[in-house]
Amino acid sequence: MKGDNSMTRVKKRNRLNTSGVLLLFGALVCTLLFVVNAYAADASGTATGAAQDITAATAGKPTLEEIANTVGHNKIAINFVWTLVCGFLVMFMQPGFAMVETGLTRAKNVSHTMAMNFMIYPLGMLAFYVCGFALMFGGLGVIGTLGGYAGLNHEFTVNLFGKPFGLFGLKGFFLTGSAYDVAVFTMFLFQMVFMDTTATIPTGALAERWKFSAFCIYGVFVGTVIYPIFGNWVWGGGWLAMLGQNFHLGHGHVDFAGSSVVHMCGGVISLVGAWIVGPRLGKFNKDGSANPIPGHNIPMAVIGTFILAFGWFGFNAGSTLAGTDLRISVIATNTMLASATGALASMLWMWLFRTKKPDPSMMCNGMLAGLVAITAPCAFVNSVSACIIGLIAGVLVVESVYFVERKLKLDDPVGAISVHGVNGAFGCLALGLFADGTYGDGWNGVVGTVKGLFYGDPSQFFAQCIGITANFIYVGLISLLVFKLIDVVIGHRTNPAAEIEGLDIPEMGVQGYVGVKLDKHSETPLSR
Amino acid sequence: MKKIEAIIQPTKVDAVCAALEAAGSGGIMITEIQGHGKQKGLKQQWRGTEYKVSFLPKTKIEVVVKDQDVDRIMKAITNAARTGEIGDGKIFISSIEEAVRVRTGERGDIAL
Repeated sequence: MKGDNSMTRVKKRNRLNTSGVLLLFGALVCTLLFVVNAYAADASGTATGAAQDITAATAGKPTLEEIANTVGHNKIAINFVWTLVCGFLVMFMQPGFAMVETGLTRAKNVSHTMAMNFMIYPLGMLAFYVCGFALMFGGLGVIGTLGGYAGLNHEFTVNLFGKPFGLFGLKGFFLTGSAYDVAVFTMFLFQMVFMDTTATIPTGALAERWKFSAFCIYGVFVGTVIYPIFGNWVWGGGWLAMLGQNFHLGHGHVDFAGSSVVHMCGGVISLVGAWIVGPRLGKFNKDGSANPIPGHNIPMAVIGTFILAFGWFGFNAGSTLAGTDLRISVIATNTMLASATGALASMLWMWLFRTKKPDPSMMCNGMLAGLVAITAPCAFVNSVSACIIGLIAGVLVVESVYFVERKLKLDDPVGAISVHGVNGAFGCLALGLFADGTYGDGWNGVVGTVKGLFYGDPSQFFAQCIGITANFIYVGLISLLVFKLIDVVIGHRTNPAAEIEGLDIPEMGVQGYVGVKLDKHSETPLSR
Repeated sequence: MKKIEAIIQPTKVDAVCAALEAAGSGGIMITEIQGHGKQKGLKQQWRGTEYKVSFLPKTKIEVVVKDQDVDRIMKAITNAARTGEIGDGKIFISSIEEAVRVRTGERGDIAL
């Protein structure tokens, strides 16, 4: 009986609830019907923003000068907003890298790989804040698109062959003094996320075996010295940018958004790092043949690649530092097209000529290779050239992955050397070949547009060759120095037992996948 | 009493269980296992290099039945698990000395 009573009560309460909800719903509909025809102030948006919004001594009646000031301010404001928002997009490439690198490595190391990708962001940023930015942009001169501020004006220069060779800048440490300026802060944010892109590339090539403490020290060096010095030579008004003015080599070394400055830098650091740190246990057999060590999460790698491709719109189109430079449409479209042909080329190459399967991890590498290769030339080439550059990049990356593993005998779990190093170099050369002379008038202080070899300026191609050679030599040597230094002081390798067990607990103290039983795929292969 | 251990494809578990229910079998034990048969695993590729996966995921189904039911149950499993491809699995049959129902302490066939 007791049970029956409570059942009735429950039923009654349910009925009450139903009528309550109906009542509420009816009240909502009545209210909406009542307010639907209320007066709209400016629903079409045509009347908002007019003469009274221009700052003027007499409100609503601005003088011509006051109008001109507002127009100028607005133009620079558009450039600021564009550059900042694109910087935010590039910042979002960090999780892209984290996912690609972690997806292509084993489940027993996910905490470690993710933590490296995470901590490089703060570590690199602070290093860049302390002195990296000053060394890179301290001698930049006028920041044209951001209002013409000229406070970053101290470049350390040596004289060679009777010409000045700018080596590094000396203003803007800690963003204080003359660097405490809105244009400089915009530059810092935008350039910082570029530096962090370089910095996070080697964490993939050195994944699954690198001591976390060694990685942290590397993170400081890449942000303070390795990246900023070469960056100064190309983007900070240094000697590579001046090759045009000083030696009549095209427009000097031109790298629109960083095929060499960002990606080749990261690739060369990866190359040296993979060589010094050595392969993962079990990667190579005694006869030199390689054992595959499958990554644990293809979906993660694919999503990471998409995130990177999304962030790349900020990377390339944002590098105008100007939303009012309408070339941004060409840049963004070229970027998109090269990513597509890159992915297509590597898919077809694997499918037709290599394993006879359309390999997903190689498709991802192919898309990234296309993006890296179009990064330097994106502003200077037409759409057909962009497609060709992506196609070549997609094949180049696959063959390079084979070459690095089978000929160089280097262990690069994610293909960072091939994607960023090889295709970064190729991207710079592609600019020297395909730049069609429709853009870049006055680039690096040289009159006329940027033209490649195929459009009549072989000297531009020559300048590109000098640029990538300088990159390889400088970045190679300084990273060799840094990696050797770390090796001597604290050592790069985790102990073998930790590497076999997985670095998550020995290095980080926490498993990445708690409560998940790992299968045979997470084990280390036996070297034969 | 006999124990029938059937190592089958994981995709065939539902079909085999349904066939066992239909054939009137009592309790069923299922274990996810890894292993290989005569073919010694499977070839896979990772970034352009082939490698062998020596242990494949399989499912082991165990049932203990009366002696007279062995043939019927075994046939039910074989029919339900067969695809005709390599890797369909194996069935092993062994004798069971004794069975005890924990709740009542009953022994022998009645405990099944």
